[in-house]
Amino acid sequence: MSNADSWQPSAASRALKSRAQQLSFVRGFFAQRQVLEVETPVLGRCGVTDPNLSSIAARVSAAGRQGGWLQTSPEYHMKRLLAAGCGDIYQVTKVFRDGERGRRHNPEFSMLEWYRCGFDDQTLMNEVADLVCSWLDCLRPHTLSYREALRRWAHIDPFTCTDAQLHARCGQWMEPQQLVGMSRDDCLDLLMSFAVEPRLGLDCPVFIHQYPASQASLARTSQVGGFAVAHRFELYINGLELCNGYWELTDADEQRRRFAADNRLRQARGQAAMEQDDAFLAAMDSGLPDCAGVALGLDRLLMLKLGASSIDEVLAFPFARA
Amino acid sequence: MASYSTNEFRGGLKVLFEGDPCIILENEFVKPGKGQGFSRVRLRNLMTNRVWDRTFKSNESLEGADVMDQDMEYLYTDGQFWHFMLTDGSFEQYAADGKAVGDTLKWLKEQDVYTVTLFNGAPLTITPPNFVELEVVETDPGMKGDTAQGGSKPATLSTGAVVSVPLFITIGEVLKVDTRTGEYMNRVKS
Repeated sequence: MSNADSWQPSAASRALKSRAQQLSFVRGFFAQRQVLEVETPVLGRCGVTDPNLSSIAARVSAAGRQGGWLQTSPEYHMKRLLAAGCGDIYQVTKVFRDGERGRRHNPEFSMLEWYRCGFDDQTLMNEVADLVCSWLDCLRPHTLSYREALRRWAHIDPFTCTDAQLHARCGQWMEPQQLVGMSRDDCLDLLMSFAVEPRLGLDCPVFIHQYPASQASLARTSQVGGFAVAHRFELYINGLELCNGYWELTDADEQRRRFAADNRLRQARGQAAMEQDDAFLAAMDSGLPDCAGVALGLDRLLMLKLGASSIDEVLAFPFARA
Repeated sequence: MASYSTNEFRGGLKVLFEGDPCIILENEFVKPGKGQGFSRVRLRNLMTNRVWDRTFKSNESLEGADVMDQDMEYLYTDGQFWHFMLTDGSFEQYAADGKAVGDTLKWLKEQDVYTVTLFNGAPLTITPPNFVELEVVETDPGMKGDTAQGGSKPATLSTGAVVSVPLFITIGEVLKVDTRTGEYMNRVKS
């Protein structure tokens, strides 16, 4: 990119038009289902504890308060609305994740996030399929467990393999000294990224569900076939990860334990601990209704709609031009 | 030398990997939404020219390599080293060994300017300009009038390089040669 043309958008006008149509489709979809559109802060008081997400710090000084964080997801604020009795809600918003840049990543991206009261992961998966299939005009997804996906494409059982077997399998991509200090989940993420993901949803979209409980994040967990699994799902189309959903954890004490565990892992890795969001925890204490929620990457949905191979083709101004 | 973490990796960055200076050719960032990120990096080893594919965990880092390209004039060889001089007016000289000179040997002409890649201040590789002009010192007699028809013959140039030339080329002529392909381009009028 020369300096002379760096002011121009990287997306073609066809992509800009399709983005506007996509937004209008999404709003129509939720209007029809009586899900309320909401707006929550992009600039929040707290970031996230998740060790694999890096919040971008903002330098705000206003009304006697300093600091602030650009939100990696509107989840905590939306759950406060749910706890306040808002009912079914959705939001289209910009979210921010530091360090994430590549053919499928931009540090700022558009997210569609929604919550449905009384739904579980299965019913929400159906609704995700309704939305995605109707916009992309694609086949209904089939569903595969995380365990089966890893067995099929990484040739390893994520629940029963030994650490040594896991490291041996990862040796195809990383040197033994690099694997020292990598947790089981880090290793599984490597296999998921390099052995499994490229093969997911090539002929037909596929939901992966029943993640290991250690990767539950904010999902509730239960026992399936003798193993603790998370009620978490992701949708993959053409090897592209499109969304991440949970049957939401409503237990505030368990939420506190997960925040604390996140921060212990952060410190063990040499990352700064993040303040836990007390307003969110107070909302959990007051009672989050039984619900399921999902976050879907709108830029990636548009990539699939247009057959784009890089996110830059659907962004007016990716970070390099922003 | 600074060290670079994976999110600073980009094409063209020069880093130390397994002790050798390398240049990053490509960097593909891969990350599950909720999970560990990785960088799949393609590196070319500047010592051996071998290309490596390696995977790094996000926030792993590599030390930067003190590698830079400088324009230098070729002066002479003492049989063991090839001596170059900076063209910036400093007259600073560098001695390159046979490994650094490598295949460029056959294009080395005194007073011509080459790109010398320095690693920790010592010549690592010598890159010739894309085109050089060299005199023919040996070739079969030329055939007059045969300028249009095909047909070629070998010609030895002043540096020892042997290139395939048209039949009409004679000893003493100066030729323009593409160093990337070793192909004859045209005669240079003198």
